[in-house]
Amino acid sequence: MRKFDTKVQHLKYKVLREVARAEWNNHLAESIFEIPKIISPGPHSTMRCCIHKERAIVTERIRMAMGGDKENPNVIEVISIACDECPTSGYSVTEVCRGCLAHRCEDVCPKGAITHDEEHHAVIDKSKCINCGLCAKACPYNAIINRKRPCENACKVKAVSMSNDGEAQINNDKCISCGACIYQCPFGAIVDKSFIVDVIKMLKESVATKQTKVYAVVAPAISSQFSYAKLGQVISGIKALGFHTVVEAALGADMVAWDESDELVEKGFLTSSCCPAFVEFINKFYPQMVDKISHNPSPMVALAKYIKDHDPSAKVVFIGPCTAKKLEAGKDKAKPYVDSVLTFEELQALFDSRDLEISQLEEDVLDNASFFGRIFARSGGLSEAVAQALLEKGSDFVAKPMVCSGIDECRIALLKATKGNVDFNFIEGMACINGCINGAGCLTHGEKNKAEVDKYGKEAMEKTISDALSYVK
Amino acid sequence: MTLTICIGSSCHLKGSKKVAQTFERLIEENNLKDKIEFHATFCMGNCQKGISVGIDDKVYSVTPETAEDFFAKEVLARLGK
Repeated sequence: MRKFDTKVQHLKYKVLREVARAEWNNHLAESIFEIPKIISPGPHSTMRCCIHKERAIVTERIRMAMGGDKENPNVIEVISIACDECPTSGYSVTEVCRGCLAHRCEDVCPKGAITHDEEHHAVIDKSKCINCGLCAKACPYNAIINRKRPCENACKVKAVSMSNDGEAQINNDKCISCGACIYQCPFGAIVDKSFIVDVIKMLKESVATKQTKVYAVVAPAISSQFSYAKLGQVISGIKALGFHTVVEAALGADMVAWDESDELVEKGFLTSSCCPAFVEFINKFYPQMVDKISHNPSPMVALAKYIKDHDPSAKVVFIGPCTAKKLEAGKDKAKPYVDSVLTFEELQALFDSRDLEISQLEEDVLDNASFFGRIFARSGGLSEAVAQALLEKGSDFVAKPMVCSGIDECRIALLKATKGNVDFNFIEGMACINGCINGAGCLTHGEKNKAEVDKYGKEAMEKTISDALSYVK
Repeated sequence: MTLTICIGSSCHLKGSKKVAQTFERLIEENNLKDKIEFHATFCMGNCQKGISVGIDDKVYSVTPETAEDFFAKEVLARLGK
């Protein structure tokens, strides 16, 4: 059964699994030199120019699996030696060019960068081209293409660029840690830092001393993941790793929807605060809108706070699809409550580091939240939940949400809002297209994931937000 | 006295909310708000036998049907009522 979308994810997973295995066995320090040989046994290379480079890159992946560069505040880093330095020529004319008579490309170019050679083929003068793309749109043969690096293409905030040496680099002043570049880089050269080792240490300590209890708070996007097993088996697997219990982050989402609807009525205009990459996007690109960000914590923080308020021995690990949650966990608002963050990729590695075949386990149960808390995992769910909260309170305030799926849509809505006179009063911002179900830390990213989330939502025992919250308030 | 009800997934599905509502009503009816600290927790490590209810450090198994009886026998009795 295929667990990942790409071989890059599989490679990253193998490194995480081996690092985790070594940490469980208390010999991580010694294993650092052995793991590259496990991943790339040789004698011949299978991924890179030679076995030595291949193993050197694995060593860098081990470093990322162990938390990466501690000096770098970003949770996303480039593994420079893994970057293939893809050629980036921008717009170029391919051999598809027929040398036609119309020369629409030349006519449309605002900079006069296109001429035609003696065979009537278009030629772009790179010194004049501004990469506006009008020529590509104008060509009836689609003969002009944009050769852009996958990482740069994936980054909607232009935080990824090329260094003088040709390697990808991330500008931390712009990066919102959404992880889009990680999923798109075909060489796996951009990686999120992993805190898997910290989590294993936490679990080992909890089991050994019984002084702490480690709670797993799982994001509702889990319903579209681990499709080779049942959700109940995933829960059994998480507990088998040593977690005290598993609680739905969706219950935190119910809490947030309830409070956010009050805040919306009070302030009259809000942007959501659930997606940390969206919040970071506002902070970095629309500072004039910062006061419009909901003051409510994210579902992760709301629930983690509830858990810690009621159990002083609790440690909280959030498990979700999101790389930006790793960034959020380090911020002042989250730090006292969230001890660590794992992605679904990392959870898979954790299972396999203990040789837990979850599809063979008995099914446990997971049910804390309402339908509305659960559908936060997909675009539009948060807005539906806020509207539902208003309905349950009997409020006559009308929420007019602008549902933004992906950063491009977020940008347009924010831009409109800064200008005023908009016909919406609530911006639901999700950095990933279609919401958390497309997070960079997901095992699989597919069209059917939204349906899976709705199905899971409908299975919730509590049908309304107030029912789900009745004893946690 | 600390009275704890488990609201973890397993107990929740078995009806811990009904038990909690029963307890809340009985605490109210018996004017015990000052004597009982009633709160919820996510897991008491007794999932198979839930619904789990804790009195101080001891864990009991209760159902929505036995909740009222349990309250009389274990909670009120301890408080000398």
